[in-house]
Amino acid sequence: MSDMKADIKLPNMNNRNSTPPSGGGGVGIVNYGAGNIFSLTAALERLNVQYGMVNTESDLEKYSHIIIPGVGHAGAAMEKLKHTGLISAIKALEKPVLGICVGMQLITEHSEEGDAKLLNIVPVKTKKFDKSLNIKIPHMGWNAVQHKNNLLFKGVEDNAQFYFVHSYFIEYNPTFDIASANYGLKFSAAVQKDNFYGVQFHPEKSGRAGEQILKNFANLS
Amino acid sequence: MQAEQFVVPPLGGGGGLSKRIIPCLDVKDGRTVKGVNFVDLRDAGDPVELAAQYAQQGADELVFLDITATHERRKTMIEMVKSVARQLNIPFTIGGGITELADAEALLNAGADKISINSAAVRNPNLIEELAKAFGVQFVVLAVDTKFVDGKNMVHLNGGRLITELETETWIKQAEDLGAGEILLTSMDHDGTKAGFDCGLLSKVNQMINIPIIASGGAGSMEHFTEVFQKANVDAALAASVFHYGEILIPDLKQELKRNHIPVRI
Repeated sequence: MSDMKADIKLPNMNNRNSTPPSGGGGVGIVNYGAGNIFSLTAALERLNVQYGMVNTESDLEKYSHIIIPGVGHAGAAMEKLKHTGLISAIKALEKPVLGICVGMQLITEHSEEGDAKLLNIVPVKTKKFDKSLNIKIPHMGWNAVQHKNNLLFKGVEDNAQFYFVHSYFIEYNPTFDIASANYGLKFSAAVQKDNFYGVQFHPEKSGRAGEQILKNFANLS
Repeated sequence: MQAEQFVVPPLGGGGGLSKRIIPCLDVKDGRTVKGVNFVDLRDAGDPVELAAQYAQQGADELVFLDITATHERRKTMIEMVKSVARQLNIPFTIGGGITELADAEALLNAGADKISINSAAVRNPNLIEELAKAFGVQFVVLAVDTKFVDGKNMVHLNGGRLITELETETWIKQAEDLGAGEILLTSMDHDGTKAGFDCGLLSKVNQMINIPIIASGGAGSMEHFTEVFQKANVDAALAASVFHYGEILIPDLKQELKRNHIPVRI
């Protein structure tokens, strides 16, 4: 058993963030209180991507890239986002924006979770997985993703697996879909419209493939 | 537009998901204990190093079970969880000693993806509901230790030493209704035997519920993993010593499962 890990080296944790952010101005994380972001910031640190929190409209200016995280109830998350007063400023952004999990659902038009009207940046709907599809809910675990060679998936193998945790999914729409997955039905694992991107899976928990997504996002111009 | 409907694959309930392989690590005072035998670990007791190595080998998820009994336990555990979350790029669950919302919240904020509760839920089933409401069902794993007694599967506490009045099947169903997002079912009859998982009970429980189930107790060979996925169609299989002692290497196990047409992440 000695040969199996001879080549495994732990990343050097001493030089974190010592290099300039690859994205230019770093990643701003919209801080609206929907879910824990420790794992996301940890992943950015491992990748030497600089980041900070976005609490105000002027914070949005400080960074070249914006992430909207999110865990939990989409309707409740939307209410929290409204309370930040950032909605019109977010919708007007022209820099790359990435919604993760519920953060991705927020950029869609509507969610069946709480019958919530959302940001409607990407005109697709967020729907509930149906038990009649003979699937367990939540959809939790590693699922293969078929992607369409979007820059966000650069260097990621087709059918690479990502870690998902969700009970609601974004309907597949060929216009905005950049990666899809099957779980009882085909749904969008990632969408894009202009500078707005969303991923349903958790890149910060999806091993190397997930880290590649975060790295690619930080390198989008 | 309508999402396209796809035919459900023959392994019902699996959808497009991979079956998960989960090494379980016992932790005491922030250090891993019991049976870790990786020869070239710089520090076999360092949970961070061990976790990173399992992730490199292709483990899909990790479970840390805290067996610390001191007053410092919470503080020590939070520090460990933060260190693990900084380093690990796969999900992990923390179990042991979680009795209230504040414990769970501290672990969530430190980067844990899920928490597992056992005896605290037996004593206060409403804890499941409170945790699910506060943090979401995906955060709440119910661990159940079961033993076959007088013709019934009975829930046990304290590592199988203390029998309860709860029947395993009834308790699991109740927990699902209360908001448990996943079940970690350990057969105390099979645990430590290395004679295989309790496929009969796992299969029975799996057919009753619509949340993921992790099989635990009895893993001794790669065939046992194939068997539990094929016969009980569980979502994940957990083991400790066979991984820690290097008796089963995760890359080999994944290849073996793939050869047997079980969907895994390679």
